[in-house]
Amino acid sequence: MSARGLTCIVAASMLALLPAACDRELRKLSKPQSGGPVPAIGDKPVGMQPGQPGPGLQETSSARTYDGQNAYELNQGKRLFRWYNCGGCHAQGGGGMGPPLMDDKWIYGHEPDQIYDTIMNGRPNGMPAFRGRIPQEEVWQLVGYVRSMSGQASPAAAPGRSDGISASPAEARRTRENPRTTGPEPPVKTP
Amino acid sequence: MNAIQNALQSAGPQAAQIEQLWWLTLAVCAIAFVPTLGALLWSLWRAPRATEATPADTAIVSQPERRTRSVVVSAVVISGIGLAFLLLASVRTDHALAQLPLEDALNIQVTGHRWWWDIQYDDPDPSKIFSTANEIYIPVGRPVVITLLSDDVIHSLWVPNLHGKKDLIPGQTATMQIRADKAGTYRGQCAEFCGLQHAFMAFTVTALPAADFDAWRAAQLEPAAQPTDEKAKRGEQLFTSGSCMMCHAIQGTTANARMAPNLTHVASRRTLAAGTVANTPQNLAAWITDPQKIKPGVNMPAHHLPGGDLDALVTYLGTLK
Repeated sequence: MSARGLTCIVAASMLALLPAACDRELRKLSKPQSGGPVPAIGDKPVGMQPGQPGPGLQETSSARTYDGQNAYELNQGKRLFRWYNCGGCHAQGGGGMGPPLMDDKWIYGHEPDQIYDTIMNGRPNGMPAFRGRIPQEEVWQLVGYVRSMSGQASPAAAPGRSDGISASPAEARRTRENPRTTGPEPPVKTP
Repeated sequence: MNAIQNALQSAGPQAAQIEQLWWLTLAVCAIAFVPTLGALLWSLWRAPRATEATPADTAIVSQPERRTRSVVVSAVVISGIGLAFLLLASVRTDHALAQLPLEDALNIQVTGHRWWWDIQYDDPDPSKIFSTANEIYIPVGRPVVITLLSDDVIHSLWVPNLHGKKDLIPGQTATMQIRADKAGTYRGQCAEFCGLQHAFMAFTVTALPAADFDAWRAAQLEPAAQPTDEKAKRGEQLFTSGSCMMCHAIQGTTANARMAPNLTHVASRRTLAAGTVANTPQNLAAWITDPQKIKPGVNMPAHHLPGGDLDALVTYLGTLK
């Protein structure tokens, strides 16, 4: 193949990559707010989860803004993980009072909707319910980040560095753990 | 906001030094600039002109060029003297800026966040430390030592009426000393590009007479007023059991988070969102409902509260004078 043909192919493939590279940093700032309200406030699987749902916040079914390919969403999730003191129980993902989040073991499932359910409704023996306390968009950002901790998110989008000193490699450099569910498989609810 | 932002209206000794240097630089540059332009215009004016009646005299082209060494040498020497003079004046100003007497100084810690300013008034007595946001109050005539920190990226604090710029660098501590000799409200601005809303990262410095400042400080130390009517009570309940308290603090309630501006006396502030919009109930309601419309990129999430609840929350926040 001529050098010119090769140059054309390289240029074309780089151009083809451009739109994907743009979406990676796309910030969906104003989230859509249509769709009916979600009626299921406080439907905990069993009555052992601590915490009451916060008052007031209107949830809508259209607010499922999960995007595991978007670097901005995952990075915001990482900030929120620190802000909301998730590390108080889960540490930096290695676990403490709460279970680790960077291994292959998922008690209640690794699918985005299952993690969303875990954060919103809480789980027995310690995981508080955050329904009504954290806006839905932020919960979806947290879901994306929690998945990136064990390499479930795209390495092209996962955070590449931490603001503070970190003992473990950045989320983007983690090898993907093969997730297995160890607890009772909860029914996946589409919110 | 009617606060002024003008480096040529100095309100303190630091800005006065910088203003002097500014005028001196203007004068020295004018001394170089005006004769240079004058010489250029003069040479244009005396250049030979050709018309149809008088053809161009090209004899000058074949003449040997006049020696210009003495002109060039004297121009270089004069420029060198001018530049050396400016250098000396700049070093002298730097020296003078560091000479502010700091007896009985007030200590303030300013932390830059994307995109707002956290302001903490330090005190040897820990019970007298308090935080506010985006509005700095200082006493007239008393030196203030500002400790500069950053939570995320590099910011820069600049109040042109009081001092030059100083960067807020993550992981490092910088200090700047200011003193306001004239009472008034001066606008400041982040002067280091820090992201989407860098332009809307403003703040004000208000210099108050000593007695007024002490009164303001005493008022800030008070915890938030307890709500009295039912609507404001519902607002407080929403704030302290909903998502607001995940990031904000109101002294005197259970809300203690420090990721977002302290709202203990939010109703006494002039603006919302670091100088973006005026602090009115309508703007506050719009801000809570969709902050991205007002300040795209901001970390405050949207809160879609039912109408009555939004009204109650705004009413409660309005009582926090």
